[in-house]
Amino acid sequence: MIPFTYEKADSPAAAVAAVTATPGAKFIAGGTNLLDLMKFQIETPTHLVDIRDLPLTTINDTGDGGLRIGALVTNTELASHPRVKRDYGVLSRAIVAGATGQIRNKASVGGNLLQRNRCPYFYNTDLPCNKRVPGSGCSALGGISRSLAVIGTSESCIAQNPGDMAVALTVLDAMVETIDAAGRTRTIAIADFFRLPGDTPETEFALQPGELITSVTLPPPLGGTHHYHKVRDRASYAFAIVSVAAVLNKDGTGRVAFGSVAPKPWRIKAAEAVLPAGPAAVVSTAFKEAKPREDNAFKILLAERTLALVIAKGSA
Amino acid sequence: MDFTTPSGQNPIDRLKIVGRPVTRIDGPLKVTGTAPYAYERHDVIPNQAYGYVVGATIAKGRIVRIDTGAAKAASGVIGVITTLEYKPAAPPQRQTANLFGGAEVAHYHQAVALVVAKTFEEARAAAHLVKVDYQAAPGKYDLAGEASGAKPSADPNEGQDAEIFDRVGDFDAAFAAAPVKLDETYTTPCETHAMMEPHASIAAWNGDKLTVWTSSQMINWAKAGLAKTLGIPAENVRVQSPFIGGGFGGKLYLRADALLAALGAKAVGQPVKVTLQRPLIINNGTHRSATIQRIRLGAAPDGRLTTIGHVSVSGNLPGGMPEPAVGQTKLLYAAPNREIYLKLAALDLGEANDMRAPGEAPGLMALEMAMDEMAEKLGIDPVEFRILNDTQTDPRDPQRRFSERHLVECLRTGADRFGWSRRNGTPGAIRDGKWIVGMGMAAGLRLNLLMPSAARIRLDRDGRLTVETDMTDIGTGAYTILAQTAAEMMGVPVEAVTVILGDSASPVSAGSGGQWGANTSTSGLYAACLKLRGAVSARLGLNAEDAEFADGKVRSGNRSIPLAEAAKDGPLTGEDGIRFGDLDKRYVQASFAAQFAEVGVDSFTGEVRVRRMLAVVDAGRVLNPVTARSQVIGAMTMGVGAALMEALAIDMRHGCFVNHDLGGYEVPVHADIPHQDVIFLDHPDAISSPMKAKGIGEIGLCGVAAAVANAVYNATGVRVRDYPITLEKHLAKLPRIA
Repeated sequence: MIPFTYEKADSPAAAVAAVTATPGAKFIAGGTNLLDLMKFQIETPTHLVDIRDLPLTTINDTGDGGLRIGALVTNTELASHPRVKRDYGVLSRAIVAGATGQIRNKASVGGNLLQRNRCPYFYNTDLPCNKRVPGSGCSALGGISRSLAVIGTSESCIAQNPGDMAVALTVLDAMVETIDAAGRTRTIAIADFFRLPGDTPETEFALQPGELITSVTLPPPLGGTHHYHKVRDRASYAFAIVSVAAVLNKDGTGRVAFGSVAPKPWRIKAAEAVLPAGPAAVVSTAFKEAKPREDNAFKILLAERTLALVIAKGSA
Repeated sequence: MDFTTPSGQNPIDRLKIVGRPVTRIDGPLKVTGTAPYAYERHDVIPNQAYGYVVGATIAKGRIVRIDTGAAKAASGVIGVITTLEYKPAAPPQRQTANLFGGAEVAHYHQAVALVVAKTFEEARAAAHLVKVDYQAAPGKYDLAGEASGAKPSADPNEGQDAEIFDRVGDFDAAFAAAPVKLDETYTTPCETHAMMEPHASIAAWNGDKLTVWTSSQMINWAKAGLAKTLGIPAENVRVQSPFIGGGFGGKLYLRADALLAALGAKAVGQPVKVTLQRPLIINNGTHRSATIQRIRLGAAPDGRLTTIGHVSVSGNLPGGMPEPAVGQTKLLYAAPNREIYLKLAALDLGEANDMRAPGEAPGLMALEMAMDEMAEKLGIDPVEFRILNDTQTDPRDPQRRFSERHLVECLRTGADRFGWSRRNGTPGAIRDGKWIVGMGMAAGLRLNLLMPSAARIRLDRDGRLTVETDMTDIGTGAYTILAQTAAEMMGVPVEAVTVILGDSASPVSAGSGGQWGANTSTSGLYAACLKLRGAVSARLGLNAEDAEFADGKVRSGNRSIPLAEAAKDGPLTGEDGIRFGDLDKRYVQASFAAQFAEVGVDSFTGEVRVRRMLAVVDAGRVLNPVTARSQVIGAMTMGVGAALMEALAIDMRHGCFVNHDLGGYEVPVHADIPHQDVIFLDHPDAISSPMKAKGIGEIGLCGVAAAVANAVYNATGVRVRDYPITLEKHLAKLPRIA
């Protein structure tokens, strides 16, 4: 960890101004990922702007029957909120499938969206990584890639988005609300929030420098049955190998997104449309362009079988 | 005392305190966070500086130059030492890797520099500024690729002049003629100890005298290792390690933290503390080698084994030892024709060395899966198949009996208590919703190794006893069983005993390794207590032969005198040790276990989750059922890890373990271990020691992974011979989902 300065912001505008004014500054909320990355010198902010005192800690009903979730709401609070549990079960289940109780107590909604990937080579500063050092090369290509993405990748990066919450937010069509340095607010659809690596794997999110997430909104409840199934090597405290978030209707239609298979939560509308035809049809459509590695090709079969499990539960 | 003949009745047999469920006497220190662990010993010496280790970023080659200019100029930096400034350190006994010194790089993350600074954060930041130029050379990292060139190698546990090949009868002819046979190859991966507390040391020099506060399972090996690597007399080295946050064999040997702390402290002229950062624990420390094991079993149709063949290939740095994965196969089952040996391939990964149940753990993963497969071929229940092939003598030497061997009772008791009769031998037959449920079992054997061990015990005026020995407690309960031993021998309550461990100023013990610690360290203390009993009797004018020590008194004839009386003119001390004769040559001494597991396999995703486990253990007298149980359930948990998830992933291009932290190297968490039962058979072993106990720390691991793997097969019908059984290895072969 290299030396850095620190301040606490008392309003979103002040926070954005502070980060914009200082080159190399970053926001910090729960710090569950950023602090680890700073210890490895993967992230080297010169200045931290602590946003924990900002008034972004509540969950409120929106006029249209949806929910507005403050960016600083903790994962624990969000997962246990009565309306989330009742109307957005997929989100509650996804969150409690992630990390541990201690980490969920610290992790915020905004911070969780911005967690970096978990490619082992991203964390090994001795070896090349295009996300860490653009242009240095991708060590995962030809290396150990069992946990990494099978689709949406490029020749520059095959890291996967490892999140749970984001997969549920994707299936719910959540919107991310932000404020920028000029005080402008905007809303980004969750589907557009995460970027595929292409030639610029170092840019993972559709945020401008200094732009701050203020809240995440959920549209009115979808109904249906809500499912989040996370497959992993041990029963808890592990990243997904594959996860499936789904909202299923009685008539066999519904929505589905896959986690840990791509650089972003993987939701393909054309695949979703064939849900009534069964999991094989959905997966063959969703993963048509897949370019798996030898050691992670099983993820496609696993995605199909996990979706089959979710559909079986949904119809039980 | 010399222990050369089986023990008769002795004061331990009273079992007033030994054998009772005494809770850990060091428990309150641990649960209140006040037990002093090495890195946190801020109070032992002032002015401690922080060292941070720089590891090589190539696996093989030479260092051309090291530029420390920027690091030395960085904030808070006191000094930087580099490997180029030192001669290669001579590896201590049973070790291979060069811990520091010279330009040659023999493995990834070999220590190449130490940055010493005022704070940990400054040392770490400056470590990033050390610039090392390498001339890399190609290395060998793939055991499978090197296996064909592996050389037959003697079992390091059987002594230097041991036979390489264990051959009995005519294996080739008998195997060719066997009516039922199996010839399969099993693989186990490299594993890391993954103990919670990292390697950590604080070193301070006073003139030419060195004190190191560290985390070590073996105080005397640490002391000797420091003396050898530093080139100083052993009497100038003091080592203290009163608490150890897990070791599992990873802290048996001197590692770079202690050596670099000593070199760093010398260089900067003040005390230095060093911990190995987690990636260096894995790539700089020791690991358990991967193995490739070919097993050939032949049997008559009635289920009697006629041949046992087992060849295990492992890898290590040139000059290193093999993973002795065939030891148990020499002793577990009868068969008149046998061919069993080890092969070793030279690799350029870090040092492979002991990890809990070295040899037996991976060896039984293979052998006991093969036994499961053979039972199925023969159409015999796996429990009955093992009972049918039990032996009460060393298969190599029918005159050499086991001291005590109750494996059959373990198997029968386990089958009964686990509900083995409910198992369906047809895989996949039992369903519970989406889960396919399977049961598996395996047998385990681990040698009862004997090491000399000494102790000192002092009786003070107030009647309190103080035990001093350089024995360590690595979470095992050593403090408690030593207090129980002293209390039993001297006839006082446990509360009257203070135990001081882990200090090289104390008599040299067996240390904690090879599951010998409990049996031998208490035996050494037993010998010291006999000395003290003699001194007490003499002081009180009693006949030592018939003096009875009980209830805080010494009784002889019609006299009964408070024990404290003996020390009213000054403390009395007894010091002695146990030295074992050839009873382990005349008899095979081992602990035994029957392991049972029930698993559920998700029929959709292939995920395996253990549902319940049972171990039935025959390990002689159980000195303390609470701490013994804790040892066994911890070992069973480790076995679940070996079966289902633990594997170091090797990047064959860079020669490093990629998953070098506890996020990437997964071990079981609480949710993976829903229910464990442990049953101890009570068969004191008078041939083992005066305590009549045997090793327990490793037998709990022996056979566990195979029991889990066999349960997975019973659920899925897919035999995965490549550990760990992660879901992709059977997913495509699971029944199609309707």
